[in-house]
Amino acid sequence: MILTAKDISFRYSKKDREILSGFSLEVSQEEVVGLVAPSGFGKTTLCKILAGYQKPDRGEVLLDGKPLSGIKGPCPVQMIWQHPEQSVNPRLRMREVILEGDNIGQDIIKGLGIEEDWMNRYPAELSGGELQRFCIARALGKSTGFLLADEISTMLDLITQSQIWHFLLEETRRRHIGLIAVSHSSALLDEICTRKIELQR
Amino acid sequence: MKNGRKTILEIKNMSISFKQYAEKKGTKQIDLPVIRDLSVTIKEGEMVAVVGSSGSGKSLLAHGVLGLLPYNGKMEGKISYCGKPLTPKKVEKLRGNEIVLVPQSVSYLDPLMKVGAQVRGGRKDAAAKERSRELFRRYGLEESVEDLYPFELSGGMARRVLICTALMKNPKLVIADEPTPGLHLEAARQTLSDFRAIADQGAGVLLITHDLELAMEVADRIVVFYAGTTIEEASADDFRQEDTLRHPYSRALHRAIPQNGFGYIEGTQPYVKDMPEGCPFGPRCEGFCEECQKDIPWVKSGNGYVRCIGSLEAGRMRA
Repeated sequence: MILTAKDISFRYSKKDREILSGFSLEVSQEEVVGLVAPSGFGKTTLCKILAGYQKPDRGEVLLDGKPLSGIKGPCPVQMIWQHPEQSVNPRLRMREVILEGDNIGQDIIKGLGIEEDWMNRYPAELSGGELQRFCIARALGKSTGFLLADEISTMLDLITQSQIWHFLLEETRRRHIGLIAVSHSSALLDEICTRKIELQR
Repeated sequence: MKNGRKTILEIKNMSISFKQYAEKKGTKQIDLPVIRDLSVTIKEGEMVAVVGSSGSGKSLLAHGVLGLLPYNGKMEGKISYCGKPLTPKKVEKLRGNEIVLVPQSVSYLDPLMKVGAQVRGGRKDAAAKERSRELFRRYGLEESVEDLYPFELSGGMARRVLICTALMKNPKLVIADEPTPGLHLEAARQTLSDFRAIADQGAGVLLITHDLELAMEVADRIVVFYAGTTIEEASADDFRQEDTLRHPYSRALHRAIPQNGFGYIEGTQPYVKDMPEGCPFGPRCEGFCEECQKDIPWVKSGNGYVRCIGSLEAGRMRA
């Protein structure tokens, strides 16, 4: 599969500047693409558009040439958000949060170091790092073809960051999942990416 | 060098525990110890970083000092502020004025209040307006941001708004709880050097972070925190090479920096309910031995402190 962003433009309100204007990108499933830009430049907005959470004003997102919005069932482009505490339902136990994903395998849960005891807890009873492991697992469903990682390790300590990225790189390589990683740390992107793109105003 | 300076905050043997129901059903309650035996001292003009893995209880340290623990939290130990005990009554008066918190998450902002009013804390006078505009300029926020609601901010903008809020008063003690995630490197450096500048003007800064690399750049001393316990305290310089570090966990942190090999060790830090006897890092440590399962003292080692039997032995061998 090839994920294409074609000539995407977007602004939040008519008064505002265009956050994205005429942005294009093509990513294959063998790639790890790093996205770099200062904060407020529209990285998260771009991820939301690519994952189908937000409609662009102009342009389109295509999967193998077909519009992403036309796909039925679980979206093959999954996004992992920057703030895990804001991306899980606070009133669901973690066992149910995992069920929101598309058939998440035990090997993924093991590989991310999620402990059985965490499953019975509510999101407020877990730390950011522990929650983020669930959010990553939830995005790695059976039908996932592309993964958007929006600053997923900024809240983690160095060892956990390294653990999680080693797991993600191996999992995506094995399953041929294309990866787009947003990060402010160029040292991290140098370590994990096959190529880097800089967003500009 | 800093001996003549006044101590602003002294935390001695702080422990924090939470009351929880033991089982899913039933009324039996247990105390979950989340922080054990933590001691940190911050002097005037000093920036101390507490660095630890996520879930190690770092944020609770800040909330404990500020008296913001939830109803089922219990704190023990001694906290003094400028030489006098910091009582709950006193901290209630001081927080937001002399003692400020830069919280970790953007969810600390009031979602129904415009950013400008929020930064000014409800004040409408010209001085407050002037001060907030000045801070906005310094942090590269446009004036129009004042009229936005928190949900309209990007992650990095929200973080800068939180920092502006804290700096509205001239604080003596700034507790910054993970102020940098989501900021690009330049902005993160800028933020931390702003905190550094606050320290250089005489305030004490307690920086709570997981970002060892940035802490090394700006802090005077670094305290490493693991599973609710301090395991090492060292000068920032000691963190530049692996050799000068005393605890195996600090050394593993050093190796996990992307430029230093991006290595990792297996496992996660233990959950409070199944904390191992003795050293909490024991199950992940190469040098684990029987001695590690006993109580391990916090001992002076060179210009720092360490809580590790292996490091003690190594020290003895060298001596």
